[in-house]
Amino acid sequence: MAEIVTKTDYMPKSRGKLRSFCAAFIHKKTAVASFFFFCLLIILALIGPSIVPYNPQTPDYNHVLQGPSWLHLAGTDEYGRDVFSRLIVGTRLSLGVGISSVLLGAVAGTILGLISGYFGKWVDKTIMRICDVFFAFPDILLAIGIIAILGPGLQNVVIAVAIFNIPSFARVVRGKTLEVKEMLFIEATRSIGATKSRIIFKHVFPETFSTIIVYLTMNLGTAILAAASLSFLGLGASPSSSDWGAMLSMSRDYMGTAFHLVFFPGLIIFLTVLSLNIMGDGLRDVLDPKSKD
Amino acid sequence: MGKYVIKRIIGIIPLLVVVSFIVFLFIHLIPGDPARLIAGKEATVKEIQAIRHELHLDEPIFQQYLIYMDGLLHGDFGESIKSHIPVMHLIGERMLPSIELSLLSMGWALVFGILIGVLSAVFKNRWPDYGGMVTAVSGISLPNFWLGLVMIQLFSVQLGWLPTGGADSWKGYIMPSIALGAGIMAMIARFTRSSLVQTLKEDFIRTGRSRGLSSMTIVFGHALKSSLIPVVTVAGLQFGFLLGGSVVVETVFSFPGMGRLLIDSIQLRDYPVVQAELLLFSFEFILVNLVVDLLYGFLNPKISYET
Repeated sequence: MAEIVTKTDYMPKSRGKLRSFCAAFIHKKTAVASFFFFCLLIILALIGPSIVPYNPQTPDYNHVLQGPSWLHLAGTDEYGRDVFSRLIVGTRLSLGVGISSVLLGAVAGTILGLISGYFGKWVDKTIMRICDVFFAFPDILLAIGIIAILGPGLQNVVIAVAIFNIPSFARVVRGKTLEVKEMLFIEATRSIGATKSRIIFKHVFPETFSTIIVYLTMNLGTAILAAASLSFLGLGASPSSSDWGAMLSMSRDYMGTAFHLVFFPGLIIFLTVLSLNIMGDGLRDVLDPKSKD
Repeated sequence: MGKYVIKRIIGIIPLLVVVSFIVFLFIHLIPGDPARLIAGKEATVKEIQAIRHELHLDEPIFQQYLIYMDGLLHGDFGESIKSHIPVMHLIGERMLPSIELSLLSMGWALVFGILIGVLSAVFKNRWPDYGGMVTAVSGISLPNFWLGLVMIQLFSVQLGWLPTGGADSWKGYIMPSIALGAGIMAMIARFTRSSLVQTLKEDFIRTGRSRGLSSMTIVFGHALKSSLIPVVTVAGLQFGFLLGGSVVVETVFSFPGMGRLLIDSIQLRDYPVVQAELLLFSFEFILVNLVVDLLYGFLNPKISYET
């Protein structure tokens, strides 16, 4: 066992890495199932609007607030629009907001974390103190505060959720960078005179990548939940849009009469976040086994 | 120990100052002139000037901060733009229901979270474990507002057992606290499980077993005590989640707490109230984290206080 560890210590890149990852991941059956479910969502987000059974915007006042049936799988809303079609079309919006905000936060956080971990000293201290200040605000409250300044809207939700993702990514990547920095191959690269930015981005960054992927998956679920909460509170997507959180927010007024309007958007949010969390757990077990119990 | 406590308490003062300065800047970061916002659209230039002077907006920004902090330390958070009621008063009457709701949610989340975690760890890789961990991962993934709405449909609309909202009686606390606590319970269950699984591998547990102690004594008398240390930290971190979640859950249940006040104030553009709320929430969070830190040091004798 010890031999293998020392080998990977100075040979970080190996061709079999992806293959051995796949071989290990395939045994996590629920994680694989979640992965396929998430792929389905991505496909729906890409081609959804062209395969929906009904036009999600066309009102049909003869079939208002109908429960689920074979004609309308998830029923119709207060304007007679097909909820199932609206949910499919909303995938692009809801996933898009989650993915873009987490990616934005991850990119900024990763760069800060790499710089902080690699340079150390006062650079590290300054960045980490700033992160501490951000951590002093409970996450969604930070987003609410930012939206109070910027005004409601999906674009501002992306910015707000991205900002509360930055410090957590910075902290995680910094920790990993500190670990990688001491490895033999980094010292070797340094000794042949590679520039600092080359060492950081070409050599340290790939080593932190698996940690980032695990974290990205886990935070994506949280981000989708946060964005849905903000839209639900009326601070995000416009109430007329087919964003899942906004659909839930609108349908609250019909609680007693048309519960399907509340049930289905929430269910799809729940399933999406659940699949991301299970996938994240599986990825962590495979890629980052140290943090496993 | 005493030295350590004092050091930690002094250590958070700079953080409190920086956070208060950021929250103070909040009203200046909003696009537009705050005095004009407060005066309303029909106000004359003279009226705006008067408000600007009254709120010290014509002074240098650092001076303004000192005036603001002076007010804060005297319990003066300014007054609401809309209702002209002192912010302190508005928040004061909402604080108690919110605190009660938070503690109730945290309480049952701890009890059931630890229970599920212990069952899962003891029956590792058997069906109670799978059941517990499915519950836990679902709890983390559930949108709390949706859980709240589903419960309202079931218990209020269909069965008529519980009120749909408000905090008039203890019944009004049941569903909000469940909606708020579910995610935290799930987190605590996961951490208890992994921590207890670790502990059960330790030597002193094997010694206990070889002495013929029953599983119950081993788990509850020996293992659980040392497993709960990381759980304390997690519970503390989850407090932030609780504060954020309360905003959403209080809105779902029309619960008269601080969270709903925040959302109402944002919608009314009542900035002094928003500012005070953000400040209180972040201070509360910082203080809870401090308490958790101290508690952690107190529970875990391995941590040295010298560093």
